[in-house]
Amino acid sequence: MLSNLRQLFRHRALIQVLVARELKARYRGSVLGFFWSFVNPLLLLLVYTIVFTYIMPRGQLLGNGDDLEHYAVFLFCGLLPWTWFTSSLSDGANVLILNGNLIKKVLFPAEVLPVVSVLSNMVHFLFGLPILFAFLVVYSIQPGLTGLLWFPVVLFVQLILSLGLAMILAALTVHFRDIKDLLANLLTLWFFATPIIYPMALIEGRGPSFMGLPPLGKVLMNLNPFTHLAISYQEILYHDGPFGHWRWLLALGVGSVATFLLGYWLFDRLRDSFAEEV
Amino acid sequence: MPAIALDHVSKVYRRHGHRRQFATLKSALLTGSLVRHLRPDESFSALRDVSVSVPKGACFGVIGRNGSGKSTLLKLVAGITRPTSGVVRVNGRISALIELGAGFHPEISGRENVFINGIMLGLSRHEISARFDEIVEFAELEEFIDAPVKTYSSGMYMRLGFAVAVNVDPDVLLVDEVLAVGDEGFSLKCLDKFAEFKRRGKTILLVTHSLSMVERFCDGAVWLDAGENQFIGDPKRVVQRYLTDVEQAEDELLASQDAKVQHTPVIAAQPGSALANGAAPADPEALSDAAADMFAAKEGRWGSGAVRIQQVTLEGPGGPAHVFHTGDPMTIRMRISAAEPVDDFAFGVSIFTPDGICCYGTNTDLEEMRSKSLQGDGEVVFAIKRLELVQGTYKLDVAVHKRDGFSYDYHRLLYTFRVKSRTMDAGIYRPGHVWRFTDNVQFKEPDDRPDD
Repeated sequence: MLSNLRQLFRHRALIQVLVARELKARYRGSVLGFFWSFVNPLLLLLVYTIVFTYIMPRGQLLGNGDDLEHYAVFLFCGLLPWTWFTSSLSDGANVLILNGNLIKKVLFPAEVLPVVSVLSNMVHFLFGLPILFAFLVVYSIQPGLTGLLWFPVVLFVQLILSLGLAMILAALTVHFRDIKDLLANLLTLWFFATPIIYPMALIEGRGPSFMGLPPLGKVLMNLNPFTHLAISYQEILYHDGPFGHWRWLLALGVGSVATFLLGYWLFDRLRDSFAEEV
Repeated sequence: MPAIALDHVSKVYRRHGHRRQFATLKSALLTGSLVRHLRPDESFSALRDVSVSVPKGACFGVIGRNGSGKSTLLKLVAGITRPTSGVVRVNGRISALIELGAGFHPEISGRENVFINGIMLGLSRHEISARFDEIVEFAELEEFIDAPVKTYSSGMYMRLGFAVAVNVDPDVLLVDEVLAVGDEGFSLKCLDKFAEFKRRGKTILLVTHSLSMVERFCDGAVWLDAGENQFIGDPKRVVQRYLTDVEQAEDELLASQDAKVQHTPVIAAQPGSALANGAAPADPEALSDAAADMFAAKEGRWGSGAVRIQQVTLEGPGGPAHVFHTGDPMTIRMRISAAEPVDDFAFGVSIFTPDGICCYGTNTDLEEMRSKSLQGDGEVVFAIKRLELVQGTYKLDVAVHKRDGFSYDYHRLLYTFRVKSRTMDAGIYRPGHVWRFTDNVQFKEPDDRPDD
């Protein structure tokens, strides 16, 4: 892990300019330009709020006593990091193929590319945070101070997890272009299988339980890594009270490091094939 | 210590089109090699056991046909791909001019792209700032450096890419046929830059189809053929060997084309076409009329068949040939046969450029030979003492017809030969000539390059 990180650190200047390039290029030529980084999450939030307030009132959806007082804020807490996660993965899956020129024609450290995908999406996420905090202020929700100390930890766990997954996807997509299409649908499913638009309480009681385990719904939810990230964000920012999910978060942290190591190993193993298969 | 050393290097690629992606992936994961578990028919050797050593400060040329492994060699040296077996060692910072401006982002300005590209090539931000003006000046893009790269012309794009790459100040510069693009002025500038590199003791590896550049510029060269090291050493000798081989291959190709023609001696049976094409009215200039018609003329063979041209052979100084050098003798040998006796006949020969310009045409009738009799098998020889044509491809008509133009057997543009010349003179016809000067007009000693 350390040697991998050192490797990436060596290329920090390159990563830095490429992230900057990504951000600059993305909105170049549009009227609002960089403001889109702020406007995009707002619009996304607006869409979901409309859907779950007017089209499918969440009272029906959630059934058991809607205790989500400020639904928009709750939604935003999960939606913003999810956007980072999902764009990181879909960009990461394509990034080697899109930059085939670099890989085939220039001596270029390929691992930089998925890292840039994750980091540039992280910058968008960070730009979205002030809006999220503005919402908290407007709805006068006060996150606990100890909880806020956990916030960088959650962010870091998500970063490591995203890096690992992006590397795996980037490397495999070179060999199987099918992943691109598969991934788009998989991510949609993943979104609905994660407590972002509904609280964990909705699902955890569902399904049969086997051999003394908790109900199947809860087991499945707990196996979903993003569940713990979403719940962490929600607990830290939205819910009152102390941050109770930290054990899960740390466990996920360990899993994320493992994913990252696996991703890097896989990427390294397949590295030689990129210039030939891209 | 050599700047570049390849030691028994081979490179095997996976052939595409086989649905064995899982196998490739598995073998890559398990053994780290993409090709180890492939069957021979699924792989392709781009380089076979090539050993090259380039001393520091040398300029080394790599020549060979398309697909001979030149670019693979360059990519191996650049470190973009790794050899399947063997060792590649490079000492010093490499800059590869394999594709200029690879990695430019179209949406952002030239200025930002210079920084990004420079960092990709291993410069620090500080180094780029220090060289920025030089780069822009070299690329001649002062006015447009803040415009997005997508608005650049391909020449501007390339110049900027080249300017960044050479300003990396590499110890080893790898160049892949980049000078083929770009206008005259810029090509010269690039050459100057290479010369400057040479003076400063940098090593250059040059992959090119420009043989004259290899001869003028390189201290050593290798000729790759089908991934194998055919010949390595002094550039002039390598180029010479390569050219000889190219000529042989061309000769074989043209010979096989001729063989195809002669194995399908179908004489067009339609009298309509024979009349339209060959049997012009009784006009002594039938042949030149036909020649004027040559733009429309398609290659083919027609005629009544009363006299047939069975075989046509081109011969050079050393026997049958399809590739000649300017000034060589050339013999066109036709085997003919007439089943029935014929008393009205004329033999004709014309030479055309591929775009249909008649270089020369004649026939026995025009040269006032009056036919008397012909029967059975015979031979007609048209001997050219000196082939005074400039370099190029030429097509040949041969025909036997009545003196009024009615075709017995007309072979139009069926035979192809090539003329080679080391002099890049222009036009079609090279009259034998000498230059004379008064004493005050002086030239340097000619290069010791091999003459044609």
